[in-house]
Amino acid sequence: MILDTRPAAPPRPSPPRRRRRRTPRTWVRGGGLTTLVFLLPMLVVFTLFSWLPIGQAVVMSFQETNLVSAATFVGLDNFRDVLSDPLLWTAVGNTLWFALLALLFGYPLPLLAAVLMSEVRRFRGVYSALAYLPVVIPPVVAVLLWKFFYDASPTGVFNTLLGAVGIGPVPWLQDAGIAMPALVIEATWAAAGGTVIIYLAALTGVAPELYEAAEIDGASVWRKVWHVTLPRLRGVLLVTFILQIIGTAQVFLEPFLFTGGGPANSTTTILLLIYNYAFANSLGGDYGAATALSIMLAAVLAIFSVIYFRVTRAWSAS
Amino acid sequence: MRSSKSIALLATFATVAIALTACSSAADAGDDGRVTVKVSIDPGLEKGAVDAFNDRVEQFEKANPKIDLEVQEYNWAATTFTAQLAGGTLPNVFTVPFTDGRGLVERKQVADISAQVAELPYAKDFNPNIAEAGMSPEAKMWAVPIAAYGQALHYNRALFTQAGLDPNDPPSTWDEVRTAARQIAQRTGQAGYAQMTSGNTGGWILTTVDYAYGGRTERVTGDKAEATIDTPEMASVLKDMKDMRWSDNSMGANFLYDWGTINQDFAAGRIGMYVSGGGNYGQLVTQNGIKAADYGVTALPLTDDKNAGVLGGGTLAVVSANSDDATKAAAVKWIDFYYMEKLTDHDAAVQDAKTLAESNAPVGSPALPVFDKATYDKTLEWTAEYVNVPLKQMTPYTDNMFDQPLLTEPSRSTQEVYALLDPVVQTVLTDRAADIKSLLAKAEADAQALLDRN
Repeated sequence: MILDTRPAAPPRPSPPRRRRRRTPRTWVRGGGLTTLVFLLPMLVVFTLFSWLPIGQAVVMSFQETNLVSAATFVGLDNFRDVLSDPLLWTAVGNTLWFALLALLFGYPLPLLAAVLMSEVRRFRGVYSALAYLPVVIPPVVAVLLWKFFYDASPTGVFNTLLGAVGIGPVPWLQDAGIAMPALVIEATWAAAGGTVIIYLAALTGVAPELYEAAEIDGASVWRKVWHVTLPRLRGVLLVTFILQIIGTAQVFLEPFLFTGGGPANSTTTILLLIYNYAFANSLGGDYGAATALSIMLAAVLAIFSVIYFRVTRAWSAS
Repeated sequence: MRSSKSIALLATFATVAIALTACSSAADAGDDGRVTVKVSIDPGLEKGAVDAFNDRVEQFEKANPKIDLEVQEYNWAATTFTAQLAGGTLPNVFTVPFTDGRGLVERKQVADISAQVAELPYAKDFNPNIAEAGMSPEAKMWAVPIAAYGQALHYNRALFTQAGLDPNDPPSTWDEVRTAARQIAQRTGQAGYAQMTSGNTGGWILTTVDYAYGGRTERVTGDKAEATIDTPEMASVLKDMKDMRWSDNSMGANFLYDWGTINQDFAAGRIGMYVSGGGNYGQLVTQNGIKAADYGVTALPLTDDKNAGVLGGGTLAVVSANSDDATKAAAVKWIDFYYMEKLTDHDAAVQDAKTLAESNAPVGSPALPVFDKATYDKTLEWTAEYVNVPLKQMTPYTDNMFDQPLLTEPSRSTQEVYALLDPVVQTVLTDRAADIKSLLAKAEADAQALLDRN
């Protein structure tokens, strides 16, 4: 192999570029039409199934409609109705409670699992697969399975296990105080695998030299994690944090399938309330209120995301 | 290269064109006079019941060669119905409870089939109280009542025996219900008495028991409706329920039952007694595979209060609002053939019962008459030889059902008020410290706000 050690030639000054006039003809010749045609199916799909419904939802939030008769514009009435509904604040409180519990359980656990797995030398693939397994199970099936586990009678699966050590029976989903933590435990179990895989992927990006240097300096495992691993994962941690907040603010499946919002509205979340506005009344729901609350939730989450990224930008860059 | 680009272009256009074509919907009535009608069948039926339904479809198509039937699974559920209605995914002929009839008709969310219904030979023979559920404000029949029921107390005979109770002498007062429930819970470990609490069924059953105690949840004067939830009767109902739950511990461990899940647990032998529609046996057989020998049903206990009565309800057959005239005519023919003829015509009643019996689907579950008692008794005579439900085990109910005062469900914002009452029942059953007085005061205020708004 011969290495070219000659210094690189200085760049030749390029002649002033003549700006070609863009005409439909040049656009077509330049492959614009082909690009558009290839883009078209995606545009059609997005327009029909994403942008159009979003636009319709915005319009509907100012209307009173049962989707059969003609809609009437009611100004901000839907927003006023929603904000004066006492159940809204119960739902907001429940959603925040779910988010907090999910942060306490669901945020650090996958990180811990990923760090531990990255330290393991053998069978790492097996551990990853096991961690990811719950994500593969369809969510509805998982909830039905857990509903069975959460049977509140002394013969329920969890209660039988706890009974062996003299605890319980615990009224898992049948008690207003315990139902929400029970939902969070299942949600954490169901979602942690995906986050573990993200963290594991990010951990492979941490240069081994950093750990070696830390080891030479006599750092313990804990100090290596604190001073090397976590700072290198900062970007990923920020993204998963915001995704977690957005995800938990939109929690629906668990309360809908496990408890239907009960007992006594203790697990009614914002999304479940939106669903109930629209669909719980069999004679045509309050679609205006449902879309109004959806839009308020989307706005709050968007504002939260922007503020969060602004505030943490400096930290992330460092 | 250019040719491959052209092929790609063509392929893309073709894909989009096919996709758009697939999105367009087919018309109901064809040019050749043929009509396709989508009819509904309950989901999750046992094979026998599905076979019986398919046989009826075949018989109808044979009798009406220009009508094609498409069978679609459907059952009414408060939480999914409105989505199906708004999305236009309901079959042409579907069923709704009495409580929804008037609202759907007033909002024109179902088709006006009054002209076609008026031509039916029995159009004027309906029991007026029952026909009212499907009438428009102009007294035209937009929805056809196909079945009526009164609430009853269902019980598990095997658990009764196991608990040392006489299954042939079921409770006839609420005190006896409480005693039996306690005995079942203590001796069998199963729920002595359970109650629905979710998906608006909590309000439905609470209202039922309130009626049985002599209460009412609304008072309508002219156009004005007043919520009457915070009453001594309702307080007594909840207090008794609270005692059964917390003092006797006889209500099991599940307090989030809805109609489907309570049927499931009852059929599985986990519940001693529960309140539901008197004709529920059919569902328990076709959807939950209940063991016939274990089933018992008795009249809903009523207190001595002069206003005590049994909450009744029923089912209406309606036609979807987007059906054209030809489809409406064909749909009413199906309603007449499948739901109504068996109630009025000897041959149709026999054929229906025979088809069901041959497929081992239940024949003879108790119901209240849609027309008059004489017509009802006649159909029982016609189909007597095909009855395959344990009629003897149902006599505690059937011997008394016509003697009990039948009351209609609240007529204003019914399902919404039921939804408000769900958390009241849930709180009483899950919170030992539940304050019944304040729960009822709040529920009444919320219900009144709803009634005023609607």
